[in-house]
Amino acid sequence: MLATASAPLDIRFGLDRRVALPGPFALVSGQRLAGLDIAYETYGTLAADGGNAILVCHALTGDQHVASVHPRTGKPGWWARLVGPGQPIDPARHFVICANVLGGCGGSSGPGSIDPATGARYAMAFPVITIRDMVNAQAALLDHLGVGVLQAVVGGSMGGMQALDWAVAHPARVRSVVAIATAARHSAQNIAFHEVGRQAIMADPMWLGGNYPERQPPAAGLAVARMAAHITYLSEEGLTEKFGRRLQDREALGFGFDAEFQVESYLRHQGLAFVERFDANSYLYITRAMDYFDLAAPHDGVLAKAFAGTRSRFALVSFTSDWLYPTAESRRIVRALNAACAAVSFVELESPFGHDAFLLEAPEMNRVVDGFLRAGA
Amino acid sequence: MTLRPDLAAIAEAVPAGARVLDIGCGDGALLSYLRDTKNVDARGIDVSAANVAGAVARGLSVVQGDADADLPDYPDQAFDMAILSDTLQAMRRPGAVLDQLVRIAGRAVVSFPNFGHWRVRGSLLFGGHMPVTPSLPVSWHETSNIHFCTVDDFRDLVAERGLHVKSAAFLSGGTRRGARLANLLAEQAVFVLAR
Repeated sequence: MLATASAPLDIRFGLDRRVALPGPFALVSGQRLAGLDIAYETYGTLAADGGNAILVCHALTGDQHVASVHPRTGKPGWWARLVGPGQPIDPARHFVICANVLGGCGGSSGPGSIDPATGARYAMAFPVITIRDMVNAQAALLDHLGVGVLQAVVGGSMGGMQALDWAVAHPARVRSVVAIATAARHSAQNIAFHEVGRQAIMADPMWLGGNYPERQPPAAGLAVARMAAHITYLSEEGLTEKFGRRLQDREALGFGFDAEFQVESYLRHQGLAFVERFDANSYLYITRAMDYFDLAAPHDGVLAKAFAGTRSRFALVSFTSDWLYPTAESRRIVRALNAACAAVSFVELESPFGHDAFLLEAPEMNRVVDGFLRAGA
Repeated sequence: MTLRPDLAAIAEAVPAGARVLDIGCGDGALLSYLRDTKNVDARGIDVSAANVAGAVARGLSVVQGDADADLPDYPDQAFDMAILSDTLQAMRRPGAVLDQLVRIAGRAVVSFPNFGHWRVRGSLLFGGHMPVTPSLPVSWHETSNIHFCTVDDFRDLVAERGLHVKSAAFLSGGTRRGARLANLLAEQAVFVLAR
């Protein structure tokens, strides 16, 4: 196909892109990666002045397919409710970028990548990475794409952590930050749940110290990790409403250990489906990165200092039934931003769906994000 | 765009280009007016999620929160003007809120319904019931207004807190009126305060 003059073909832009950026890429741990592979997608057209770029950051088990059909699962983009035609982030107006995080298993450098030093997969020899490393990898991608300053960086959950960290790590490159259902640090409870997941993976004999063959992953351990995590994404209210104590395909208790309750059956399904699309070692590395996240730590625990002098605008959204990253964590960020005299908006929205609310139909969230982005355009 | 008369009286007190925090900003009607006509740096706080969503959708920086709890988070003199419109009477600790206003801003603009208005007095005197008037439309058990005061009460509180009245405006029936007998004749009062 010939490129037209108005829309020259540029292999950097479009769906399902990959780039190998030259290293060395320095990590927070002090280690270095020889090079940086990033799998990403872009939507829309970068304005001549570069002013319409929006980076969308994905959550723990998300990927770069924010608004396109997932090539493996065939499911629609994970945030098509927010990103897409007629949505607050609209490729007709915005140049949207979404990249698989460093450490991920969607094509970016991670424990499943080949270690150039050995010619074999890194597995647990991959260096431990942080949210800051993920953000710096995204910054390197933006350099490659020719994007200087972002109109906005937008994310929920771990994506929100990246969005907040963008404003701290690269303040001059972010005009607006949208951080949804997130926190500026991982709490003891957050770390505790992640540790359950990691131990489930490591306790699976198939894990083999991380050196499992690609086709024989520690599926049972990863599924249990997902089951435990999935509970934290829902709310008691939501679980009760959806399942109650109802039984699965039976009239009476079976006095056994099959998935007799609907909620058991549901969780088992979630665990098994997850194994199909996610790598166990990536799960270890990314949960670790989240546990290490604490924006205030380098500033004597004073979060406001992390944001001192920021010129970015911020919008934070929390959900009433989210107990993973509860409203109190968002308020803590808001307080710090107020103390830093930053332009900040914050709203706690009603939802019975727990942490997952940010991925579901949330018209009020869309309204807030839309108004916030338009005002900063 | 026309502002409610009490909001217009507040807007008059705000200089162009000021850094403004509107506490109890509702859906941001006053703030967006100030932003569009006076080019102020507009920030707001409101307790209602629906109001905040509306204000953010207007492009304002508004935080869901509550003046009683959240004002201490702001640094000293972060703003030129702190606005508390029709909200003081809903505060748990109105005196402490006034202190916060003049701590975070050089000037505070405070508007409130005057409980000394003759209609209120008449309602109590002749009806024997808590007043329900055009400016106080909600009955006593449903109102969020827990700390009503009169114009003279407010002046006393201002003096007790060591603050100064820079100017005052009074309204009744939606129009401005003089300061004379304001405690009896004004339905609403708008005070500009400083430390």
